[in-house]
Amino acid sequence: MDASTWVAKRPEPTALARLFDYKPFLIAVCLFPAVGLLMAFLTYPLGLGVYLAFTDTQIGGNGKWVGLENFIDLMEDPIFLQSVWWTFVYTAIATVGKFALGLWLALLLNDNIPFKSAIRAIILLPYIVPTVLSAIAWWWIYDPQFSIISYVVVDQLGLRDKYYDFLGEPWPARWSLIVANIWRGIPFVAITLLAGLQTISPSLYEAAMLDGATGWQRFRRITAPLLMPILAIVMTFSVLFTFTDFQLVYAITRGGPINSTHLMATLAFQRGIPAGQLGEGAAIAVAMIPFLVFATLFSYYALGNRKWQQGSDND
Amino acid sequence: MDRFTRRDAFRMGAGAALGTAALAGEASAQAGIPTMPATAPSLPLEAGATIRVIRPTKFVDADETVWNENQAKFIKATGVQVRTDYVGWEDIRAQVAVAARTGAGPDVVAGWAADPHLYYDKILDMTDLAEYLGKKYGGWGPLPERFGKRFGTNNWISIPMGCGGGALVYRKKWINEVGYAAPPNELDRFLDMARKLQKMGKPIGFALGNAQGDGNGTANWLLWAHGGYQVDEKGAVTINRKETIEALKYGAELYKTFIPGTLSWLDPSNNKAFISEEISLTGNGVSVYFVLKNDPKTAAIAMDTQHARLPGAVGTRYPETANVLNAMVFKHTKFPNAAKAFIQFMMEADQYDPWLTKCLGYWAHPLLAFDKSQAWESDPKILPYRDAQKMPYWIGYKGPISAASGAVDAEYVMVQMFASVCSGQATPQDAAKEAERRVARIYRRAAG
Repeated sequence: MDASTWVAKRPEPTALARLFDYKPFLIAVCLFPAVGLLMAFLTYPLGLGVYLAFTDTQIGGNGKWVGLENFIDLMEDPIFLQSVWWTFVYTAIATVGKFALGLWLALLLNDNIPFKSAIRAIILLPYIVPTVLSAIAWWWIYDPQFSIISYVVVDQLGLRDKYYDFLGEPWPARWSLIVANIWRGIPFVAITLLAGLQTISPSLYEAAMLDGATGWQRFRRITAPLLMPILAIVMTFSVLFTFTDFQLVYAITRGGPINSTHLMATLAFQRGIPAGQLGEGAAIAVAMIPFLVFATLFSYYALGNRKWQQGSDND
Repeated sequence: MDRFTRRDAFRMGAGAALGTAALAGEASAQAGIPTMPATAPSLPLEAGATIRVIRPTKFVDADETVWNENQAKFIKATGVQVRTDYVGWEDIRAQVAVAARTGAGPDVVAGWAADPHLYYDKILDMTDLAEYLGKKYGGWGPLPERFGKRFGTNNWISIPMGCGGGALVYRKKWINEVGYAAPPNELDRFLDMARKLQKMGKPIGFALGNAQGDGNGTANWLLWAHGGYQVDEKGAVTINRKETIEALKYGAELYKTFIPGTLSWLDPSNNKAFISEEISLTGNGVSVYFVLKNDPKTAAIAMDTQHARLPGAVGTRYPETANVLNAMVFKHTKFPNAAKAFIQFMMEADQYDPWLTKCLGYWAHPLLAFDKSQAWESDPKILPYRDAQKMPYWIGYKGPISAASGAVDAEYVMVQMFASVCSGQATPQDAAKEAERRVARIYRRAAG
């Protein structure tokens, strides 16, 4: 054989190589881990939860399909309706509180203060401590007999003659929980907003100062608009976390006194697991989904308004 | 089992020997536990049997160590491999539910009172074993009998192993100071005592918050002491009746004498208040006393602490119940005889009595012969806890033990009925009506 008769011949690819050259197969293989994980740990549990909401399943038993019965039943249940109302009030007040205080803290930390990094680390503490532990600490603070607040006010300062009954009546118990939730939520808001603040170029402030802008004007015209995109994201997450809060309420009051502090999440757990009515518990959890979707869309679109992001007026 | 080996034969022999030893139990039983002759059920052990047991975690170290020693004795005597897993108290129910649903998992569960009744079709009949134990050890107390038999039948579905009861825990000195030798059984005199204690600055306190054990305990005591009950034998709702209204009115009067804050009390709250000498009397398990007794700093308080039955008993019908540790064997086990033999072994006096004694009275025995156990002589103060198995009431009285009776308990329906009247948020009539609505809803849903 010489050069004239030589034909370039590629070795025939093996079956395996051909298989991997086949695009649809390759796509399927590469997607499998991600899709598999999502299906196993997200789609399946969520789907099962939604399915359970339409059944009368009890723990340890097989339920049958009951259609909308669980939801119709819940609509007539004053305890559920009260938990929906309270979940909204709790989320609204706690979110406003967390943002007001969190933003304030972020602005303070953004200035040049001594021991800045140490202080930043310290404020993260409420967020780092496992919620259940901090909830137990708050439970002691609100204890009818052993509250540190009662001890200081009554026994040390003598300003009152009776201990505070933080958790024994509906409204004091509700405010107590809101305070605990705000305390826990501030670090998340403060640190993320601080990160946002640091992306704002100092030259903008310098320019504003040369133009004679006051502190409020600088905040109103520079800080607020440039912070708005990150504020929208943080707000979205914060609303979601607060709306689905469970541990604080469950550890401090168990939904008491007399169900007045049951959030939808704690009520769903109470009905679903200790009381064994999985179907009904799932229905309460599923009833949260529309509210969560709405809250997400609202805070994202309403606050993520593009005009604000570009720094022009919001008309 | 289709083939026998020498080893199998040896094991079966060992099993038979175990049965014989049990038969001759009178001789070898712990001193002082009277027994009657009884024939143990025939339980030929399966070859190569291995069984897995789950039970609640220990509350005192001895609970686990004595259990493990007894288990080692069983392994040595029979060659059956046993493994016990200690599960958190709140996780047992979930694990039982999963085992019942999937037909896999532990062979034996020493779990909570109501569970065998929820899964009665998934577990083995225990009648032979229960009748043998009852005959040998002086009969079962009324409470374990209620929780061992399927409701309305004479078939045993589980073997109750212990009853964790409650009692009044009180400070003798202060009760004496207001003119009472001990807390009186009559409800009106009890109220009078409570009022005087409050005037003296040492009020009483019972949990009325969403506390699984203590809150439900307070509510059921008040309800039963007045002759009320949530459902009848068939599960029809009977809560909205004059007895309940009476109980609520009494509860509201008694509440006025409580230390402030009991509406938010969870299970540990009354323990803390009693130990710090804030209250003179509460209802609780034996744990408060042992905490006091074992800490040198509080030994003086322990000296002055006494126990008594809750007031409002009619004769020996004490308005109380107890938490039952209830052992069952799943049908899915491959070694039913070995599993039942294990429970039998643990219940025999040789094993049971040391366990009972070392557990310091936290569990009371379900079999009446153990009234004579040394356990109750070590400290006369814990004697009221001995009688937990004699309590005539149960959660969901008078109805069947079911998912619904458990749900009423878990949703604090009775506690909240009392709490709403005590706090002044509802009249007794409205509270009873609301409880009726909730109980009816739960029973209707559970039945549907």
